[in-house]
Amino acid sequence: MKKSDIILAGVGGQGILSIAAIIGEAALAENLYIKQAEVHGMSQRGGDVQSNLRISDTPINSDLISLGGADYILSLEPMEALRYLPYLDREGWIITSSSPFVNIPNYPDADALKGELHKMKNVISIDVEGLAKEHNLPKSANVILLGAAAKVLDMVKYADLEKSVRRIFSAKGEEIVNMNLKALSIGYNTANQK
Amino acid sequence: MTERPDKILLLGDQAIALGAIDAGLSGVYAYPGTPSTEITEFIQEYPLAKERNIFSRWCTNEKTAMEAALGMSYMGKRALVCMKHVGLNVAADAFVNSAITGVNGGLIVLVADDPSMHSSQNEQDSRFYGKFAMIPILEPSSQQEAYDMVRYGYELSEKLRLPLLMRVTTRMAHSRAVVKVLPVSEIAEQNSMNNNARAADFILLPANARRRNNELVAQQPELEKIAEESRFNKYINDNGKAERGIIACGIAWNYLNEYLASDSTLPRIKISQYPLPKKLICDLASKCKEILVIEEGQPFVEEQIKGILPSECKISGKLSGLLPRTGELTPDAVAAALGVTVEQPYGKSEIVVPRPPALCQGCGHRDVYNALNEIIKEFPGAKVFGDIGCYTLGALPPFRAIDSCVDMGASITMAKGAADAGLFPAIAIIGDSTFTHSGMTGLLDAVNCNSTITVIISDNLTTAMTGGQDSAGTNKFEAICKGIGVHPEHLRVVVPLAKNMEEIKQILREEINYKGTSVIIPRRECIQTFNRKRRKEKKS
Repeated sequence: MKKSDIILAGVGGQGILSIAAIIGEAALAENLYIKQAEVHGMSQRGGDVQSNLRISDTPINSDLISLGGADYILSLEPMEALRYLPYLDREGWIITSSSPFVNIPNYPDADALKGELHKMKNVISIDVEGLAKEHNLPKSANVILLGAAAKVLDMVKYADLEKSVRRIFSAKGEEIVNMNLKALSIGYNTANQK
Repeated sequence: MTERPDKILLLGDQAIALGAIDAGLSGVYAYPGTPSTEITEFIQEYPLAKERNIFSRWCTNEKTAMEAALGMSYMGKRALVCMKHVGLNVAADAFVNSAITGVNGGLIVLVADDPSMHSSQNEQDSRFYGKFAMIPILEPSSQQEAYDMVRYGYELSEKLRLPLLMRVTTRMAHSRAVVKVLPVSEIAEQNSMNNNARAADFILLPANARRRNNELVAQQPELEKIAEESRFNKYINDNGKAERGIIACGIAWNYLNEYLASDSTLPRIKISQYPLPKKLICDLASKCKEILVIEEGQPFVEEQIKGILPSECKISGKLSGLLPRTGELTPDAVAAALGVTVEQPYGKSEIVVPRPPALCQGCGHRDVYNALNEIIKEFPGAKVFGDIGCYTLGALPPFRAIDSCVDMGASITMAKGAADAGLFPAIAIIGDSTFTHSGMTGLLDAVNCNSTITVIISDNLTTAMTGGQDSAGTNKFEAICKGIGVHPEHLRVVVPLAKNMEEIKQILREEINYKGTSVIIPRRECIQTFNRKRRKEKKS
């Protein structure tokens, strides 16, 4: 049995559900089982949001990931990555945006946050917001993060994600597809250069 | 409709919606409420539903929804009513009585509970309502089962001539999985309209209601037998004795299996259909010294089986303290109850702070609260009675602008009661959709007594909290308030923008000082729906 339990984290409105949709679609194309628990409702208004995405080659029981069970935390915000540490497996990976989203008065000190994050064993931290701006992809920071995660994601490969992006965005036109493919590759290459 | 894939990735809510369409649904009736909203939204967008002209417009509240669905069933067609758990309180009168009238076309009442209160005010467990009304309850454990159950449910509803309650919780409603759906050729036709409703059953004069009540009670053994034989209830055992047996309900079955080997013979019952399958439970008890009940919500099953089983059988669960009494059921809580130890290498990070939700930047409610907070300073002792919606977030910093939030519509009536008690000023703030849902009758009470209260209907032209559904009263609020009897001079409309701050403050001051019932309507479109429309326009 092979499985990948992924916690997707961020702040309401950042686009974690799109990442989940791309990974989920890639997993389905590989005939894998998936379950994905989402948060709708009140917390989408700028609060912390998360989604549990489970992929397996055998049927999945629980919709939720157990404490200590997550193989990956993908986060669009550095403090939000740390919120789910109790769910992370000893060998689990954190792939996170390094850019803080400050919408609360008591947001922690940036250096302290960085220090806390880099205490962890397996971390990929990337300035996806900066990269998105630099490459004129303002709406694709989330896909850049997904590209970075592709470096370590086990059950869906970079090529699978590329195909998935094509399928998901095809209805929106070639321009949107190419923008997202570019974002994916920027994230992937940046992570591989680290 | 010609073709579709045989496997579709669906939210639990969407699986229910598609199950209903595929079972020959003719109408869905609902008021938006997390976590049930996506059911109706799916039906509104699904091509076959459009092709078949399935009714799917939002209702003003859960009670009007429940009654309209009963009317459709009365005419022989299959209807679905969807609501969140607290919505069933609003619909309760019609819901409980629909068990007494019985149905003609199949009728399913879908209620989505929200344990942990992700977007709610309480954790009530709707299964109690099903038992209270003495009707069958379905509780799916997976998205696939949710899809399959709806068709089964309609057939059962028509066979028994009773409405059915289908209960899901947040995790089932808002989790996706692949669902195998029926081929297009097997999608059921809609029922045609008929006059087969037993007319006298629907006239609940005491003589009829007494007869119907007796009939309903007499049906109970049959309902129990159906539950015992239901394909959705499972009893797994190898006929041996065991120290502990387990009963797991709905989604709890998944959490249990997360920690069991697939060939485990641990004696256990999965319950996804009620009334309780007593025979199965008594048989399980005869094999075990202890029964652990795992259920999400309140100890509905645990309490009941205490009355069924002999006292020497130990029962553990939420009442015994083995599982947490409050909050969402989690796989972790189930692991602990099973005695499974899970390695948890990392603790909570000390540096992480809570990030509560907030009103959006650019939201009109913000301007309303900014003005209100300024004016309130001039009236020491003022209380602001809030209501249910995005603007409830005005309770949090930086606004801290409301003193109450209880249930849909309670702002106006609580302000009135407080004014009756002698409070001045008593101010109510309510959203447009909440006002038409349950605020209008309260305003009539206030007007009839000429209560000195100021009602702010913060109108953003949508039902915003649940994602921007149509709001029943849009463009009608002045007419509604005048019709109810609010004096036209004390019915004021403003545009909540920073540039209008002085005007808004002055109007608030004047109307608070008015000795009678006044209404102020700050009106500006929700920033979310506004931006969505703008993006759409850009594209086209």
